[in-house]
Amino acid sequence: MFYKSIKAGLLGATVLAFGAVAAHAERSDLTIAMQLEPPHLDPTSAAAGAIDSVVYSNIFEGLTRFAADGAVIPGLASAWAISGDGLTYTFTLRSDVSFHDGTTMDAEDVKFSLDRARAEDSSNAQKALFAGIHDVEVVDPLTVKVTLAEPNGSFLFNMAWGDAVIVAPESVGDIKTNPIGTGAFKFANWVQGDKIDVIRNDAYWGTKPALEKATFKFISDPTAAFAAVMAEDIDAFAGFPAPENLPQFEADPRFQVLVGSTEGETILSINNKMPPFDNVKVREAVAHAIDRQAIIDGAMFGYGIPIGTHFAPHHPDYVDLTAMSQYDPELSKKLLAEAGFPEGFKTTLKLPPPSYARRGGEIIAAQLRAVGIEAEISNLEWAQWLEQVFKGKDFGLSIVSHTEPMDINIYANPDYYFQYDSPEFQTVMAQLASESDPEQRSDLLKSAQKMISEDYVNGYLFELAYPTIANAKVRGLWQDAPTQAVDLTGVSWAK
Amino acid sequence: MLRYMLKRLVSLCLSLLVASAVIFLCIEVVPGDPAAYMLGMNAQEDTLAALRAELGLEGSTLSRYFAWVGGMVQGDFGTSYTYRTPVAEMIGERLWVSLPLAVYALVLSTVIAFPAGIWAASRRGRLADYGVMGMTQLGVAIPNFWFAMLMVLVFAINLRWMPAGGFAGWDEGLFAALKSLTLPAIALALPQASILARVMRSSLLDTLGEDFIRTARAKGLTRAQALWRHALRNALIPVLTIIGLQFSFLLAGAIIIENVFYLPGLGRLVFKAISARDLIVVESVVMLLVFAVIMVNFAVDMAYAAVDPRLRKGGQGR
Repeated sequence: MFYKSIKAGLLGATVLAFGAVAAHAERSDLTIAMQLEPPHLDPTSAAAGAIDSVVYSNIFEGLTRFAADGAVIPGLASAWAISGDGLTYTFTLRSDVSFHDGTTMDAEDVKFSLDRARAEDSSNAQKALFAGIHDVEVVDPLTVKVTLAEPNGSFLFNMAWGDAVIVAPESVGDIKTNPIGTGAFKFANWVQGDKIDVIRNDAYWGTKPALEKATFKFISDPTAAFAAVMAEDIDAFAGFPAPENLPQFEADPRFQVLVGSTEGETILSINNKMPPFDNVKVREAVAHAIDRQAIIDGAMFGYGIPIGTHFAPHHPDYVDLTAMSQYDPELSKKLLAEAGFPEGFKTTLKLPPPSYARRGGEIIAAQLRAVGIEAEISNLEWAQWLEQVFKGKDFGLSIVSHTEPMDINIYANPDYYFQYDSPEFQTVMAQLASESDPEQRSDLLKSAQKMISEDYVNGYLFELAYPTIANAKVRGLWQDAPTQAVDLTGVSWAK
Repeated sequence: MLRYMLKRLVSLCLSLLVASAVIFLCIEVVPGDPAAYMLGMNAQEDTLAALRAELGLEGSTLSRYFAWVGGMVQGDFGTSYTYRTPVAEMIGERLWVSLPLAVYALVLSTVIAFPAGIWAASRRGRLADYGVMGMTQLGVAIPNFWFAMLMVLVFAINLRWMPAGGFAGWDEGLFAALKSLTLPAIALALPQASILARVMRSSLLDTLGEDFIRTARAKGLTRAQALWRHALRNALIPVLTIIGLQFSFLLAGAIIIENVFYLPGLGRLVFKAISARDLIVVESVVMLLVFAVIMVNFAVDMAYAAVDPRLRKGGQGR
């Protein structure tokens, strides 16, 4: 009954909206909402993806950067030369770059930023990105020479992360509340708990953005998010939290729905050192007990791409290994019997707050019960999850989305929370780190994917989808999320 | 009157001291490391240690307790672990939303409840009484977040008279700010008004049954005159108690309504701080709320004394 009245209202609203837009031909402001508010605005000292969503490319830039399709392209460095042994990277910086406070961005700033990130007392959440740097040397104001301790095939990729952006020593002191970067937008105002305003940087070195000002609004409640979009209080919502509402927006001509891919491999994490999961047969049984499509349909309303290994399906080196762990409860029971658990066993399933985990957890627990595995669900807050599961490794099963790009190397760390310890895999990762030949790298990546799939390290579920809802006239928003970013530099309003 | 005030003041200070100890202990035992929350899954052990040192999370429980209480006495609530801004500043900003919202809701609730309660009491057993009782029953029963969503659907999505949420900010002018607080205030006021109206009615009816009212009537006052001149003032004490309780609730208990309308209020601040293990913020806000509740109760006690002369003299009326 309510829907009827909504529809009636919408008809009227549509007429109103079109009328209004026709009157003002072109807008140059945008209000875009996100679910999470950043704790502060320093991307170099926290893991919160919400920080990058606001500042990446908009306020801060690095030597290299991710393009909308995930490719690594030049950022503040216009070019670079790599020495024959792969140990020295000589970056040529753009000459006309200044920070928002007017100071010039030069080689000293680059040295400062990289040294700060890898310093002993650094609080960079991705300090490992900088671990291989042996020395950073200022050759001249526009040339920086970075020497690595050993060759690192992913160094340019690492420098594109939001955690590796270039900051200035003059303004880094209060970067958390007043970020001064080189990007196309300047930070203007933050009403904590509500919104962050940015304005166009007219001194920007690159193409000037079409938007004069933009507002990031933070709406955590899915119902409120729905209402805000429907009432057109906001122009776009990046990472819309209620997938069940997407069909309704798709059917509404006022809106466009972009469903993109992310770097978020959502997995059923298995504690590989905890019996009975130390037995590969048991892990294989778990993998075959899971019906991925049912989880995608039930927990994500159909949005998500099934995966069979820990790798993003849109990556050119991705191998489709879903067949390795296809849904087969009979096989699962057989494997359990072979492993010595014909009657099944009991374990724990510890779930962090996101809905993929909470909703997915219920479905997985039911699917596991069908083959005899009793998984006792406990719902945890993030802080508890980090403490118990991630740090304490006190869990049997868990569900989490690993959102860092290209993070298959976490399987080479035997202390990582799922505790996979395979010397062969570690060797492959070591080779990958020092290999810079693209073809060799591709082969190594493919064999790495196969190894963890064959070892059934974790239950591989799906690649998280990234839905964005926007006013039908907004152009240039990123559809995919190769890194957590809401890049507004290319956004404009259609005439 | 002075002795009464002094007695209340001493119990006020004691309550604050006990509350601070209880709050601190409760929050200290909550598991979870703020540094780990901030740095996420790829953080290295040395980075975590560096951040913990930076946040001042090392040191004994007792010394941190005294540092906290000592700071608060001087008006320094510490610095938020996650936002890295002074907690006092954050609370101040949020109060600019929460306090007006609470006052707005309380005014609405009183403006609705007083006439409704008085009307129902004066028409006891008649249609008006049943009508008011029925409506208030409904008002108490309807969950306010559901009512809030309904209002958003009608007034924001369908009619577009109101924004669906958010706070325009006081810089945008009084009208815009009040407009963005109107739907939340109504949602908050509805159940409060219903309770208040019912209390008003029953308290008035009790008073109307007292001997002094019969005397007043015997002296020739009409029922309405007796009600307005004598009964109303005497019936106010339980109503004031409820208003005092409601105000403290409205100040911090609006979390759900703040979420529905995504308002940057105190409730949401605490909610977020708890999940981020921003303990210093949680402790300080909770302490502030305790302080507010105690102050409101103090004010209510003073108001009792104002309406009830017996309390002023002996200090033992209650």
